[in-house]
Amino acid sequence: MKNFIEVQKAEMVFSTRKGQFHALREINLTVAKGEFVTLIGHSGCGKSTLLNLIAGLTLPSSGALICDNREIAAPGPERAVVFQNHSLLPWLTCFENVHLAVERVFGNSDTKTRLKERTLAALELVNMGHAAFKRPHEISGGMKQRVGIARALAMEPKVLLMDEPFGALDALTRAHLQDELLKIVARTHSTVVMVTHDVDEAVLLSDRIVMMTNGPAATIGEILSIELARPRNRVDLAEDTRYVHYRKEVLDFLYTRHGHVEKVAA
Amino acid sequence: MVSAVFHSPLGSTTEVTLDAQAKPVTKVEPDKPAPIKPPRQPIDWRGVWLKVLPPVIGMALIVGIWALLTMKSTSFPTPAATFTEAVKVFSDPFYIKGPNDQGIGWNILFSLERVAVGFGLAALVGIPMGFMIGRFSFLNSMVSPLISLLRPVSPLAWLPIGLLVFKAANPAAIWTIFICSIWPMIINTAVGVQRVPSDYLNVARVLNLSEWKVITKILFPAVLPYMLTGVRLSVGTAWLVIVAAEMLTGGVGIGFWVWDEWNNLNVTHILIAIFVIGIVGLLLEWALVSIAKRFTYDEV
Repeated sequence: MKNFIEVQKAEMVFSTRKGQFHALREINLTVAKGEFVTLIGHSGCGKSTLLNLIAGLTLPSSGALICDNREIAAPGPERAVVFQNHSLLPWLTCFENVHLAVERVFGNSDTKTRLKERTLAALELVNMGHAAFKRPHEISGGMKQRVGIARALAMEPKVLLMDEPFGALDALTRAHLQDELLKIVARTHSTVVMVTHDVDEAVLLSDRIVMMTNGPAATIGEILSIELARPRNRVDLAEDTRYVHYRKEVLDFLYTRHGHVEKVAA
Repeated sequence: MVSAVFHSPLGSTTEVTLDAQAKPVTKVEPDKPAPIKPPRQPIDWRGVWLKVLPPVIGMALIVGIWALLTMKSTSFPTPAATFTEAVKVFSDPFYIKGPNDQGIGWNILFSLERVAVGFGLAALVGIPMGFMIGRFSFLNSMVSPLISLLRPVSPLAWLPIGLLVFKAANPAAIWTIFICSIWPMIINTAVGVQRVPSDYLNVARVLNLSEWKVITKILFPAVLPYMLTGVRLSVGTAWLVIVAAEMLTGGVGIGFWVWDEWNNLNVTHILIAIFVIGIVGLLLEWALVSIAKRFTYDEV
């Protein structure tokens, strides 16, 4: 398949008060259309930084990022982001939050009724149609995150970027939303890049897992292809030997080979 | 009978129903599920007392001390004398007996009008300015030394400038209100804009919203609570300043009334004026606090 997102020799250096901080080094990554890629690594390894680079929220110190044959120079609605803390606007209802995105992307081409339909359809997609006219403080954390996903999906983005979208949720809600995400992605054939620190989540969802070494100057340590058939079922997979093998591979990378920063540095 | 059991909304009645098969149906099947009444909360008398009593004691204490101190005095009026005079003053608040002798109602209204005009102009200029200062850091560094320099200047120092420029007392008083009440609004709005959570702005960047949408859908609602704090502080300042400004400029107004009654050596009226100024200030503050409460959203 054609390369859809391409990261070429990206370097990221932040200037802080204490001097220069080399966050990312020599990042080379390609993502194919329709692929589900997760970035995994210990906290502080720069996985969110890499996601922000793809989103265009920050620009690399050197190197190039390309999405659909165009250089990524700024954020844009074709690369929708689901933020870790959902980032819904508290003064707007769920409907209005999603509608804001829909209006921006389709406002010029669609009629008003069509925009409303799109908004409601996106909310239905994440099973949040019933709470369309509630404000974010009236719904639970998992529901907020769903609305955040609905907002991103409603834009019909070329790429869905997710920054630890389920990190703040309890285990049961997280599992539930992962299953829903799998279904949605299967239906919409979205290209997804997702940051996570959850090994099970990574193996369950991904086509490929990008494992990152520890920072500073983190880079891609290894890329693991997950060749499990879809649709995937978490209960069946729990006893699948390949699943267990993939899981062990990731754990091995994270805890045996890159468990301590000192070891890597030495 | 069995169907009655199934339709019974109260699960616990099932057994009773089965036992009561011989009894008439009407007794077993309730027409409606008995609504579960929440236990009635008894009125918390102690809480009410604790809320009401301290302020009452405080007021009583100050009036008592005042009464004690003025018992033997001939020049300073007692609370009772002040109260009877106040009743007299407020019994005819809207008389006009010439330019310098008008009812207390007119005095209050004229002062409020000056505050409204001066404060309104300040809001019109100050709030957009605060937005721009908060949004553009260049403008911020350009203007902030000026603000720091001008903000601590006493309101009355601006009065001569107003008199010089406008060559009339009334616009000069309004100008003084304007210049004193503009700072809290500029500063609070600017701080509010700078403190808009970066997440919200990232949302705006990802959605690639137009500047107008960013302002109306994200900045304005996020800044509103800060802005209203500024407005509240401004109105407080404006009401403080108007009394002083009117003392100097004259005309009709509560500040001028105080000064006029001092010239008449009518101390009772001065005391009444102090209470009136306090109460009007309190009402202004209360009104704005209730507006501010309506527009504060819950953080999520």
